[in-house]
Amino acid sequence: MEKLRQKKGLQLFFGFLIGICFGFLLQKGGITRYHIIIGQLLLKDFTVVKVMLTAIIVGMTGIYLMQSMNLVKLHAKPGSVGQTVIGGLIFGVGFGVLGYCPGTVTGAAAQGSLDALLGGMVGLLFGAGTFKMFAGNLLKDVLKKGYFGEITLPQLLKINKWIVIIITTAILLCVLYIIEKLGY
Amino acid sequence: MNRNRTIKVIFLISFLLNTTIALGQEQNSISTDNNWFQQVRWSPYVVGAGIGILSWISFLLSDHPLGVSGAYAQSYGMIEKWFKRKDVEQQSGMQKNAPAISWEIMLVIGLFIGAFLSAIISRDFRFEFVPQLWDTKFGDNAFIRWLVALIGGFIMGLGARWAGGCTSGHGISGTLQLVVSSWVAVVCFFIGGIAATMFIYYVIG
Repeated sequence: MEKLRQKKGLQLFFGFLIGICFGFLLQKGGITRYHIIIGQLLLKDFTVVKVMLTAIIVGMTGIYLMQSMNLVKLHAKPGSVGQTVIGGLIFGVGFGVLGYCPGTVTGAAAQGSLDALLGGMVGLLFGAGTFKMFAGNLLKDVLKKGYFGEITLPQLLKINKWIVIIITTAILLCVLYIIEKLGY
Repeated sequence: MNRNRTIKVIFLISFLLNTTIALGQEQNSISTDNNWFQQVRWSPYVVGAGIGILSWISFLLSDHPLGVSGAYAQSYGMIEKWFKRKDVEQQSGMQKNAPAISWEIMLVIGLFIGAFLSAIISRDFRFEFVPQLWDTKFGDNAFIRWLVALIGGFIMGLGARWAGGCTSGHGISGTLQLVVSSWVAVVCFFIGGIAATMFIYYVIG
């Protein structure tokens, strides 16, 4: 497996294939459509939440199973209040104004949504670039505020990871069940 | 001991898959298309389970979580370098190596093609500048929609790199690893998104 991961050309091809499946699924789920995403943010259509929670339940179980068999390693992103909370809120505002997220704006452009291709993707490119080029240095202190590190929930709670996984799965299944029962 | 645990986990997975498939079938029964690939919509549970399985494959084969926004930052860097190199070339006549295309950028190129294929196969592809929902509230002026999309995209791109991930990098890949920063991020994404959208549709509109 390590050998496979070091073959650069093959890895780029894997990225490409995985991307094709990802885009195919996003478009089939309808979440590359503006009205579906805005419907979610107006709390009228729960397609986005259904896709995300199902992906989390299925993905989590498999990834942690493979991790305990030493087949994969986790990639926990570090975070802080200044980075994650402020950045997350800024992202959210842009998400609502645009009506697509970075993955779905790409998929939307591919299905013929020109506002995504000419507006959203261009804005995203410059926004991401601007942060990388300028804000990264200027905001150094803000980004460090309230640092909580590269930790996962089981590490934070100091509970066995499988207990956290089972509890999380149960909660997420309940949320999905309630959403269905309420008729969304 | 270890074997016991593995068996338990396999049971859990098969239970989960069965539940998601059952939920999916309930929703899919409305559709009458015979070919699954030609259907315009799949159940969100099928799509979600598919993305979950795709993340297994991505971790296993490439040691990479699924994430999109990083590719945009890298692409911007490449475009900037390309322009700068032109300046350098003009001054010194030297040529540097082209910046390498990364796994993330290949993922996003694939994403574009995958969504295109899905739309074409199901005849869901259509050119549209102003989404219908936007049209009913704010009219069919393409320039206004373009400007709003451009500004929204810019804010979102800035926020994505600020937070260190987007709806896929934090929202799916991070949360499924139970990463604390990702759960915080995704809650903030939705707080910001719901507030902005409700402001636009209920206060301005």
